Amino acid sequence: MKETIKFILNNKEVVSTAKANERLLDVLRNEFRLTGVKCGCKEGECGACSVILDGKLANSCMVAMGSIQDSTVITIEGYRDTERFTVLDKAYAAVSAVQCGFCIPGMVLASECILAKNPHPTEAEIREGISGNLCRCTGYNAIVEAIGIAAKEGNGLW
Amino acid sequence: MEPISKSVKKKDHEPKMSGRSLYVDDLAMDGMLYGRQLHSAKAKARIKDIRLPKLPEGYYVVDKHDVTGVNRVAIVLNDTPVYAEDTVEYVGEPILMVVGPDRKKVDQILNEIVVVYEEEIPVLDMKKSDTVFFNYNYEKGDIEKAMAEADRVFEETFQTGYQEQAYLETQGLIAYPHDGRMTVRGSMQCPYYIHGAVSKALGYDTGDVQIIQDVTGGGFGGKEDYPSILACQVAVAAAKVGKPVKVVFDRREDMEFTSKRHPSICTYKVAIKNGEITGMDVDVLFNGGAYTTLSAVVLQRGIICANGVYRVDNLRVHGRAVKTNTVPCGAYRGFGAPQTFFAVEMIMDHIARDMGIEPLELKEKYIVKQGDSTSTSGEYHFHVPLPEMIERMDQLSDYRVKSKRYQNQTGRYRRGIGLSLVYHGCGFTGSGERDIIKAVVRIRKNADDTVEVLASNADIGQGLKTTFCKIVADTLGIPLERVLIENPDTDLVPDSGPTVASRSLMTVGGMLQRLSEKLKKEWKNGEEQIVEERYIEPDFIIPFDIGKFQGDAYPTYSWSVSAIEVEVDTLTASNKVLGAWGIFDVGVPIDMNIIQGQMQGGFLQGIGYSSMEQMDYNDKGVIRNNSFSDYIIPTSVDVPNLVTEIINNPYTHGPYGAKGAGELPLVGAAPAYVEAMENALGVSLYNAPFTPENTMKVLQEVSK
Repeated sequence: MKETIKFILNNKEVVSTAKANERLLDVLRNEFRLTGVKCGCKEGECGACSVILDGKLANSCMVAMGSIQDSTVITIEGYRDTERFTVLDKAYAAVSAVQCGFCIPGMVLASECILAKNPHPTEAEIREGISGNLCRCTGYNAIVEAIGIAAKEGNGLW
Repeated sequence: MEPISKSVKKKDHEPKMSGRSLYVDDLAMDGMLYGRQLHSAKAKARIKDIRLPKLPEGYYVVDKHDVTGVNRVAIVLNDTPVYAEDTVEYVGEPILMVVGPDRKKVDQILNEIVVVYEEEIPVLDMKKSDTVFFNYNYEKGDIEKAMAEADRVFEETFQTGYQEQAYLETQGLIAYPHDGRMTVRGSMQCPYYIHGAVSKALGYDTGDVQIIQDVTGGGFGGKEDYPSILACQVAVAAAKVGKPVKVVFDRREDMEFTSKRHPSICTYKVAIKNGEITGMDVDVLFNGGAYTTLSAVVLQRGIICANGVYRVDNLRVHGRAVKTNTVPCGAYRGFGAPQTFFAVEMIMDHIARDMGIEPLELKEKYIVKQGDSTSTSGEYHFHVPLPEMIERMDQLSDYRVKSKRYQNQTGRYRRGIGLSLVYHGCGFTGSGERDIIKAVVRIRKNADDTVEVLASNADIGQGLKTTFCKIVADTLGIPLERVLIENPDTDLVPDSGPTVASRSLMTVGGMLQRLSEKLKKEWKNGEEQIVEERYIEPDFIIPFDIGKFQGDAYPTYSWSVSAIEVEVDTLTASNKVLGAWGIFDVGVPIDMNIIQGQMQGGFLQGIGYSSMEQMDYNDKGVIRNNSFSDYIIPTSVDVPNLVTEIINNPYTHGPYGAKGAGELPLVGAAPAYVEAMENALGVSLYNAPFTPENTMKVLQEVSK
């Protein structure tokens, strides 16, 4: 019998036939066609492939499939239909925090993880929370500001 | 703030925010194959033999024999081979491409290929190069006389290193043959550059080549020249196999083997008489790498900026870009100017301290003003707002007080502040816009009274879709929602030039404004109309003669004042950036958020260049800083206090008063940062980046 890996992906139970040593990033992009998960470096440095794995932000390029049996994985495709996303969306738009966009799916999930842990973060806490997500376009100010706005506007959501 | 500057929701916000935007690596086509290149492992060698394994069915090797047109990539000159011929000239030079349906199998085949090299001795050090790609000289006044009559000549040499663009999306393209034509699509800044290059490499009529830009994950110049090279390689592969072929670089390939900012060595001799600067004699040396790509034009911009923002009546500048057996350098935000601005700002700082006066005081004495002659004997036609920008900077950063207070510190923690004054010449250098690019734009008005912008300039994150549409909507007096723009496709848009040189908004945006005025007059409700506009050179320009290097190199200039404050821990040699302040004159922002985003992002890239972005090759010519673990770019915690302000100085000949913006904020960072380190450490410094390792060396020297 072929071994399979079962996990919860964007609120649905899924089964992958990937090998245990494959990267979650590659499986999400190639097997599940979730192209919102971006590949920027494949060595856990840039954060473009960030997903929320069991409630914590993780670089999916650094996660082996063998380690995620029964885990919960949320990608931008699962997150974008939430009310929280709508708040972040408005906040990012208000300060034009999106430039080339390649870091953004990861940045949005990092924003969620910051606010889920701490609904009213300081600027320093926001900066710390996105420090694993590289952005080469914005200089980060607008993204930090957007997360601050979302914290205020989404009062009670997180 | 002007009404046009009021920010709107960006046209590309929604798909990017929700992860729906498709970048080239997100695209798949029926029957698509994956390609990966075999890169030269040697810096200089003859290829004696290439031993291929037996290829499984459906796998191909593509090389120089498959190039149906000319085996050269058309850039400025045509010296870059599409695929290597008998020799390789740098580590990473593409020799062949393996193409097939399974990426892992492609990698496996690549690993089994044996290339037999006959190694030759590479030239890695630009100072030892005997091949000068480009050599430009210009002068004004009488430099010999100034030198002869000087009380003293202040001479110093400055060095700057590589900078990697480090866009988050690596280079990637898909080529597919269809109906006797070839389409190439993907990540790029300049669809029509690629269009020309691919048609020559394939030997196709230009009508048989189509280039489409997909959503592009950053460029910063790195997707100006390089995609032309990759496009030729991928198109040759697709033509051979008769199927779509996709190549997306991994980060290591991208960092090691694609173009970067030119390393430089600049030597300045400054004549001083009676305490006055009377002349500058400048020698600029750029490491071009193994092929010429864009070195000619990068060098031109670099040497034009050699005297900085200062009036120097007796000036001589000698610039060379030389060949080495290293990766070809190309375009990167600033385009030659960051190197010379670093040198001139540092030497002004050093001269001032040598004279015992405050650096800013010396700089202020020589700042050019409206009506003054430029380095190339053109004219500063418009107001130069630096004096008021300096005053504002002093209020913001308390520069003057701090700069004095931080002299002669002792103790473990020492602070320093530096300040730089720079410009960016807006648009192409010289007469390129008029004589080479000859931009054309169109607007199509549909029967439903929506209008579509037809231009070849690419939105690579800088917000061009939004700003172009704002100009058209506002001029026509229609809602922004009724103005549409797609990613450029050469089948559908005219050649309005490349997305480079901080030209798109000022030049093409200006054409769109004029075109919208025309359409407004001819507007017919419910009818389809197409209108077209061509580039017209502003009438005030003193024509630039590239042979003599004389005339207006640029129609106008954007200006910036940057200040950076650091705190150095002399025990660990590490340091913090306490504040980074930038004041910018880019004319009227077409969108304040977008301009602030450009200024902040560019400034931080410049701080990376100044302080941490270290890249070098070893004695075999191999670049070792080939990942984000070894090549460090700024994160969100590195410069928490980064402040940018825009002043209001409308450019009469730009759309709504706008001028070039994108490159400016990077240029002033390195001199401001390194001056701050000097201020803290109490020494003179000569190189960028200036890393903690450099600090450690200085501290060891001082303690000896």
